[in-house]
Amino acid sequence: MGISETYARGRRLLGASPGNVLLAAILAVLLLDLGRQLLVGEQQFFRLGVLIKDGLMRGLVIGLAGIGLSMTYSILNFANFAHGDYITAGGFAGWATTYAIAGAFGARADIGSLLLVGAGGSVFGGALGIGIVTSPIAVIVGLVVAGVFTIALSLLIDRYAFKPLRDRSGIALLITSIGVAFAIRFLIQFVFGPSRRGLTATQPSLTVPFVDGTIQLRAHDITLAVIAVALMLGVHLLLQRTKLGKAMRAMADNEDLARITGIPTEQVVRATWIIGSGLTGVGGYMFFLWKGTMGYFDGWLLLLLIFAAVILGGIGSIYGAILGGLIIGLTASVSVVWIPSDFSRAAAFLVMIVILLVKPQGLFAGRTTA
Amino acid sequence: MSVAERLPEPLAALWENDVTKITSLLAVIYAVYLLTGAALGFSPRGQINSIASLTFYIAVFALLALALNLHWGYTGLFNIGIVGFMAIGIYTMAIVSKAPVFAAETGRSGGFGMPIIVGIIAGTVVAALLGLVVALPALRLRADYLAIVTIAMSEILRFVFLSGDLEQFTVAGYVVGLGGGSGLILDFTPPVEAFFTALGLWNAYLGFVDVVGAVVPNNPKPVVDSLVYGFLLLFVVAGYYVLLRRVGNSPFGRVLKAIREDEEATNSLGKDTDAFKTKAFMVGCGLMGLGGVLWFMAQGAITPNTYRPRLTFFVWIALIIGGAGSNTGSVMGGAIFAAVLFQGPRYLKNLIENFVEVDAPSGFGPAVSPLISNLDPLPFLFYTIDSIRQLQLVIMGLILIYLMHNRPQGLLGHRKEPASGVPLDRPRRPAGEGEGRPPAAADGGSRGETDE
Repeated sequence: MGISETYARGRRLLGASPGNVLLAAILAVLLLDLGRQLLVGEQQFFRLGVLIKDGLMRGLVIGLAGIGLSMTYSILNFANFAHGDYITAGGFAGWATTYAIAGAFGARADIGSLLLVGAGGSVFGGALGIGIVTSPIAVIVGLVVAGVFTIALSLLIDRYAFKPLRDRSGIALLITSIGVAFAIRFLIQFVFGPSRRGLTATQPSLTVPFVDGTIQLRAHDITLAVIAVALMLGVHLLLQRTKLGKAMRAMADNEDLARITGIPTEQVVRATWIIGSGLTGVGGYMFFLWKGTMGYFDGWLLLLLIFAAVILGGIGSIYGAILGGLIIGLTASVSVVWIPSDFSRAAAFLVMIVILLVKPQGLFAGRTTA
Repeated sequence: MSVAERLPEPLAALWENDVTKITSLLAVIYAVYLLTGAALGFSPRGQINSIASLTFYIAVFALLALALNLHWGYTGLFNIGIVGFMAIGIYTMAIVSKAPVFAAETGRSGGFGMPIIVGIIAGTVVAALLGLVVALPALRLRADYLAIVTIAMSEILRFVFLSGDLEQFTVAGYVVGLGGGSGLILDFTPPVEAFFTALGLWNAYLGFVDVVGAVVPNNPKPVVDSLVYGFLLLFVVAGYYVLLRRVGNSPFGRVLKAIREDEEATNSLGKDTDAFKTKAFMVGCGLMGLGGVLWFMAQGAITPNTYRPRLTFFVWIALIIGGAGSNTGSVMGGAIFAAVLFQGPRYLKNLIENFVEVDAPSGFGPAVSPLISNLDPLPFLFYTIDSIRQLQLVIMGLILIYLMHNRPQGLLGHRKEPASGVPLDRPRRPAGEGEGRPPAAADGGSRGETDE
């Protein structure tokens, strides 16, 4: 009796959602293969640990930037393709500040080179000794400037590029945002030059023993984790405990209804940009700090992963964006266990496409904004 | 004239009108380029060169804008992965047509040694099949999801082409590969030669080159080749135009337009919209693949980083300038984009460099500091001129924003064809073979069209 019931339930499940079952099967095979690799000794535990750590770090950045994208996506109803370049812009603004402070406002190097974040190899972050331990003030001020600058930039762009199109379709806004993205990206290239630069000096790190080896926990890993988690908690509280969060949920759900109910929709939109792009700018700054290098193209490359995360988590849900970010980050990082590293980014996109097939509304479907 | 005489009167006027529009636009563009060249005292060689590259870019952008018009203008499919379809087209073509290599050797991979035409067909077909693969998950979803999936696809492809793991592999004894970061060398017969040889006119063509040699001394062949290639591409543009016009005016095309207007209504009228969208998407992707092949096959080599999303962006601007939904608009948009936004700034740069010795500083810092310290704007201006290729993209971005604000329908977008087989405006006389009439006042039709 028990067996036949289980069997019947299994058949129903298979019939109802063959995609989910197939997905679970693939996941199981991959995990079994991972287990095999670990047992046979093809893969060491500590290597896997390092991959997971890197994936989580990248995932936190993707999640942080994803919150902003997800919020504007659900409240203004368009996919903002300029979001990746907000990351780059915030990063460059923040790092210019950090360089200027670490270079003692021109005392240690030419102020112009400092403000251009060492364009063309004129100053090196390593030589200035930049890092959270060696120059904490420069880093923290840079972090704040990155956030504030991104907020200002996004409000400016919203005023002149997006606001006039508020009542048009999402696609018109999307196309406009592509124009914004190109304008920002190549303006950054025009000013800061096309080269990728190294930013940080070597920082102390903790060595943590892990099963069959050790994992290096760098100071910047810890900084990233602490700041990202703190900001995520802050946003959670802000959206859960204040009227603003409620207003945002109302607007995401039905803008017209929200307006007749007396919600000042333009103010909510402004608040959305402020929170979203503040997190994005800080996330971008942290990303470059953690990675140690920065180029004018990096935000764009990250943007596609952020989109993957937001769609995976369900558009509009900040928890979805965080969880989606972690999953995408982990996928991109851990996938090298099975496939060549050149394809790790492709693997992350593939996860997104699979989600679109199996559960197009995302993991946190229906829970818009918080 | 003969064409016009054979057509019924209203159609004749329209036909004349559209062709005149395109030709007069081209005439203006060419005149401006030639006059500027003459004013600068360009040699005939320089003139032919500038006209050749202008023609080439006008043709490729018109081709791609027409293909995109099938997606966006007719069917409402928001594809921003155009460059991916172009890239897979030319890579397939390269691998099929490159000279075969049988011994594995680092840094040197071959192809299957097929004739060029086989390669072109293969490139087109593979791009269409990639379209199918993308369409399967994405077409049922919202437009913005299709956008994200297509652009992700184009970037995945670029990473695959860049990958060292697929740089070289062996298929049935042939050593082939994607070439990794250094790309592929296109070592097949140059397309112009292949084309005229196939027609049996190669010797006549060489004779023609000798005639031109009277005007362009020493080695006239490369310039003549590129000019002729450009003009051949204009014929392909005409082919695309006719094909898309026929598709658009067929019952199939009317369903596509109906899907653009209201997919659910079309579905409820018994049309399998998914199937229609998939087919239209595949045709458009195939045309983009062919566009990619035609763009890059006359160049000596291809590298993966050429296929960045900015090419997609170019085609979109071309389409939006011209006006989505109108084939004539797509061609004109391609021409304007190529002449003004794409080639224009580069031409301007040459022009300025011809007059002044541009001594550009190495970076933004050295360019700005004289401006701040002793109000000397020259280094900054020189730097601006020198980085015109980056600034060009900034300008294009701003123009895109401007267009979306002020003229989202572009030049001819107001002529977007309605989804009905008969004209929707009140007939002045019994409706005959009316097609593509000016704006459809959709006053509550009862067939496939919807009110906007």
